[in-house]
Amino acid sequence: MSLEELYRQVILDHYRNPRRSGSIEHPDATAEGNNPLCGDEVTIEVVLDEGVVTDAAVRGRGCSISQASASMMADRIVGMSVEEIATLTRQVKAMLDIEAGDPGLDSDRPGAVLGDLEALAGVKQFPVRIKCADLPWTTLEEALASDVV
Amino acid sequence: MTLDVERIRKDFPILSRRMNDKPLVYLDSAATTQKPSQVIDAMSEFYQLHNASVHRGAYALAEEATALYEGARQKVADFIDAGSAREIVFTRGTTTAINTIAYGWGLNNLKSGDRILLTKMEHHSNVVPWQIICRHTGAELVYLPITDDYLVDTSDLESIIDERVRIVAFSGMSNVLGSLGPFAELVAAARAVDAITVVDAAQLIPHIPTSVQALGADFVAFSAHKMLGPTGIGALWGRMELLEAMEPAEGGGSMIRDVQLHESTWADVPQKFEAGTPPIAEAIGFGAAVDYLSALDMEQVRAHDIEITRYALDRLAEIPSLTVYGPDDSAARGGVVSFTLADIHPHDLATILDHQGIALRAGHHCARPLMQVLDVPATARVSFYVYNTIDEVDALIAGLHEARRLFGVS
Ligand SMILES: Cc1ncc(COP(=O)(O)O)c(C=O)c1O
Repeated sequence: MSLEELYRQVILDHYRNPRRSGSIEHPDATAEGNNPLCGDEVTIEVVLDEGVVTDAAVRGRGCSISQASASMMADRIVGMSVEEIATLTRQVKAMLDIEAGDPGLDSDRPGAVLGDLEALAGVKQFPVRIKCADLPWTTLEEALASDVV
Repeated sequence: MTLDVERIRKDFPILSRRMNDKPLVYLDSAATTQKPSQVIDAMSEFYQLHNASVHRGAYALAEEATALYEGARQKVADFIDAGSAREIVFTRGTTTAINTIAYGWGLNNLKSGDRILLTKMEHHSNVVPWQIICRHTGAELVYLPITDDYLVDTSDLESIIDERVRIVAFSGMSNVLGSLGPFAELVAAARAVDAITVVDAAQLIPHIPTSVQALGADFVAFSAHKMLGPTGIGALWGRMELLEAMEPAEGGGSMIRDVQLHESTWADVPQKFEAGTPPIAEAIGFGAAVDYLSALDMEQVRAHDIEITRYALDRLAEIPSLTVYGPDDSAARGGVVSFTLADIHPHDLATILDHQGIALRAGHHCARPLMQVLDVPATARVSFYVYNTIDEVDALIAGLHEARRLFGVS
């Protein structure tokens, strides 16, 4: 395992220039997540139109892994349906070794279908950091579950 | 070096471990120190040869165990220059010691409108117990601010301390900033209004030679595991007349003189505060730890702390965009150094340094109110003890440069 695999340029870029950072005036679904042990925080807001995310915003503070994961996630989910997001979330969690089961990933290169998000693949070599990468995804799941459209 | 650190290191089996294929560089002694063989052996010898419950059995083995347990109390008393071993109450650690005062003294002596004076650099264990007591009694918390030099700000002490203040509780040495507390001023100000003083000495006693009699405070709380001893044991020192007047926070076996169906009477101090079967092997390990420190000589321990901390502060100051949170004056601080490096989050720093075998702490260090004052969510923290070397500080500095490289920090 190497630190270069963990701190890839893509991660540092999202950490320093977070996409869709901020808030939305009238979100349809929102959730706040935090890891009490390390203090990472993420707040997610999304706008939904007939089951499709049409806008998303995240804000938070914490380590590069949690914040980059949130930025990549926000960037990725706009335009996706809630079902597609559920699949994507399962794929990310499988890549991070959080969830077992076969979400249809190539076992040699589980991140191949994930685009930028594949940069998070290195995290699973650093077990204490997995929860950092996972925080935005778990928070997103909560947000979408809270929506009663 | 003031201490013979190379020889000392041989006493600590764990220090020969490798982490992530590098020699372990342990820089988290403020969280818990490593343990020398002398402590580990004293504890296992107790289990192998002397194990029995204390203060009960009428047989020789139990007498041996009791003598060892009470012998440890005497050693701890001598180590902090207590007037009597009876003034040492064994607790689970600093946290339990402070809770013992909060529930024993606070709950029974405070009323609505009374005040407890704390500082904004307290560990949660010197904040939360008082909050609980305030909820029960209607008393309120007041905080002394922190100066730009990271010391407790006592400039307004006179206007803050009045008859409403019944307890003044402060850390002897901050576990985040390293700052030493303004003992003399706070003790004098508290005495002037008849308030009791409580010193959270979790970091003070391990690092600074201390006479509790000279300190002048009423209660002093500390933990064995931060001074080479085992976890699960610590001590509350209190002035005898206060301990005698104080109610026990816990009831049960061992702490009673007599039990009737509806009433009981308490055993003498300190047994009154030691309900239940105590951690006997841990107490013996605690005794072995203070023996070890006394043999090194606490003046030498302090000198080593100053030397290595001075070196670390000077080396850290060479790193661009690194900010240290804590006093620069060696006389005003102990061997705990908190810092941040550019926009690299402390957890990322900890991961990068862990990769080089260096163990340091990242987070809020159980001091959220202080993090708000510093206006940072977290810091990285290194802390030194008798086994740390200048070479290890150099390894830290190299690791921080590696972090800068990985994050592209100029
Ligand atoms: C200043 C200070 N106070 C209190 C504590 C609590 O000590 P313990 O967890 O051993 O009860 C610590 C240790 O974390 C500390 O550094």
